[in-house]
Amino acid sequence: MTVRVVPRAALDAWVNDLVQRQKVYGVQLKEERFAFGPLVRAADLRLDYDVTLLPPKKYFLPQREVLSRFDRFKVEFEPVLADEPFVLLGVHPYDFEAIRQLDAIFSRNHPDAHYLTRRRNATIVVSDVETPSQDVFAACMGTATADCMDGWDVLLTRIADATYAVEARTEKGTALVGQIQGTKGAGEADLEQRRAVWDRNRDVLKKHQLRMNPEDLPDLLARSYDHPVWEEKAALCYSCGSCNLVCPTCYCFDVADELHWDLQTGERTRHWDGCMLEKFAEVAGGHNFRGGKAARYRHRYYRKGKWIHDLTGDIACVGCGRCISACTAKIANPVEVFNRLMEATS
Amino acid sequence: MSEATVQNRAPAGADAPRSIYLPEPATLVDVRPMTKQEKFFRFQMARAEGMKYMPGQFAEISLPGIGECPISISSSPTRNGDGSFEMVIRSAGAVTAALHRLSPGDRVGVRGPFGTHFPVEDEFRGKDLVFICGGIGLVPVRSAIHYVLDQRDDYRKITVLFGARSPEERLFIGELYDLKTRKDVFFQETVDVADPTWGGNVGVITTLMPQLRLEADRTVVIICGPPIMYKFVLLELRKLQVANRNIYVSLERHMKCGVGKCGHCQINGLYACQDGPVFRYADISSVREAI
Repeated sequence: MTVRVVPRAALDAWVNDLVQRQKVYGVQLKEERFAFGPLVRAADLRLDYDVTLLPPKKYFLPQREVLSRFDRFKVEFEPVLADEPFVLLGVHPYDFEAIRQLDAIFSRNHPDAHYLTRRRNATIVVSDVETPSQDVFAACMGTATADCMDGWDVLLTRIADATYAVEARTEKGTALVGQIQGTKGAGEADLEQRRAVWDRNRDVLKKHQLRMNPEDLPDLLARSYDHPVWEEKAALCYSCGSCNLVCPTCYCFDVADELHWDLQTGERTRHWDGCMLEKFAEVAGGHNFRGGKAARYRHRYYRKGKWIHDLTGDIACVGCGRCISACTAKIANPVEVFNRLMEATS
Repeated sequence: MSEATVQNRAPAGADAPRSIYLPEPATLVDVRPMTKQEKFFRFQMARAEGMKYMPGQFAEISLPGIGECPISISSSPTRNGDGSFEMVIRSAGAVTAALHRLSPGDRVGVRGPFGTHFPVEDEFRGKDLVFICGGIGLVPVRSAIHYVLDQRDDYRKITVLFGARSPEERLFIGELYDLKTRKDVFFQETVDVADPTWGGNVGVITTLMPQLRLEADRTVVIICGPPIMYKFVLLELRKLQVANRNIYVSLERHMKCGVGKCGHCQINGLYACQDGPVFRYADISSVREAI
């Protein structure tokens, strides 16, 4: 569809109407930071946010998710697939790229119906970044803007104080945008302003400067297995898993059975897990195949720059910078790590 | 339902695939104690076609309310005409301890089989086979041993080396005796630490290897045992000039999901649950976390 222009007031009126009719998750203030949450009114929607605490991945791979319900005595499992349509409002381009990568992971080989059902029920409204976060480096990873990305339903770009450009790319998105009253076709000046926003974001969303093309990461890592950086950085690691928890492309999980009070029925649940946690690679009997901090630390960067790439062709770091901010020990900056590998091996 | 809600529904025809995490019902038909830690189990799937698998594969066994764990299949498909399958389970955690408390007739959930298998119909055919098993490493390999014994003419010389930590930890004692007495199998075993009942070899499994007389170019070696065992056995095999492409290893990891998603069993870029657990050693000799 063509690009349309909508005043913020009209956008708000549409959001207020939409939240009455279906589930909408949008970015809102949470104490002094921002988070995706159920949206009840347009006034709470903060499209000017810098970065959310957790990525919107949580709507496709929730922190806790029921996979099946069981009866202990009958020994029967009944599958549970979340089947509620929803709109995800205000996803930044780098987070959308992460969702696209997870789509590939959960579709390949044994497709994961739990993830894919949630995903199919989602209409994703991407919004261009208005406020760069303190550690974002999306521009270094090619994820600063969504214009070249496939799969989003709607793209919102603030082109003037109270004016947005809106574009739909899918049938679902077109239907959604069609509900907005008071839009008009974008003129050449509007499109120029939108391009200016993209140019600005490709310029400013690099608070850290990666001194290489991300496409070269798999090769770089292939020759960096014994680099001293893994030991050096990991020496300070608390193995807390914060970098895993905030990462939009981390998807490792654990499964646990939760029994109800009747001690008969319950739920088999899936939870986020993290490869930085000490016992992640431990087997029954206690042998730990990645018992050392450096081995776990290296594994995480290899997941981002090589192992996932070997599976799907994607570089699994989108430059959101959350791990940098979340790390207590200040050792989780991927840009620092990758630049360091470059220095020593070039 | 509003128009927008309807439009946001998953498009018709895009049927979500079945949940890959849903266990299927099975019944425990036989259970016997083996050692202090291990019990022998035979399960029968509720589905009519039973369990279809190859030697070396594993399945996920579930007890609702307790959990699920990956267990290697120990029986050979050549002997499961009724579709049942056997496992040897060490009581090591919550699920396996609960499995030890089951009685015949009790039900469990099963997913699988998963993973790669020993190439009993391909690379093994027409070759001398050397099985080197330590402790419960015998459990998945037993499936392949039975398989090749049941089609004995398809293979040449068969050698089985087995090592246990102590005499009381030896598994399948009756079957070990059968292997020892068979004319068409060369069998040797050892224990790390003897007790007064033991009159056989004492020492780690590699102490049995110097007596092997291999024709390296027509020999395939199969290794399965505790993590520490592999590198020492591989060193001995190098002395015997067995090529890496003629060595198969079955590796232990925590194959939590079985479908290459959860990340727990990852060995560098490989998933033990999908790319393994049976690997040709030549394919993983440069994978740093593997051995």
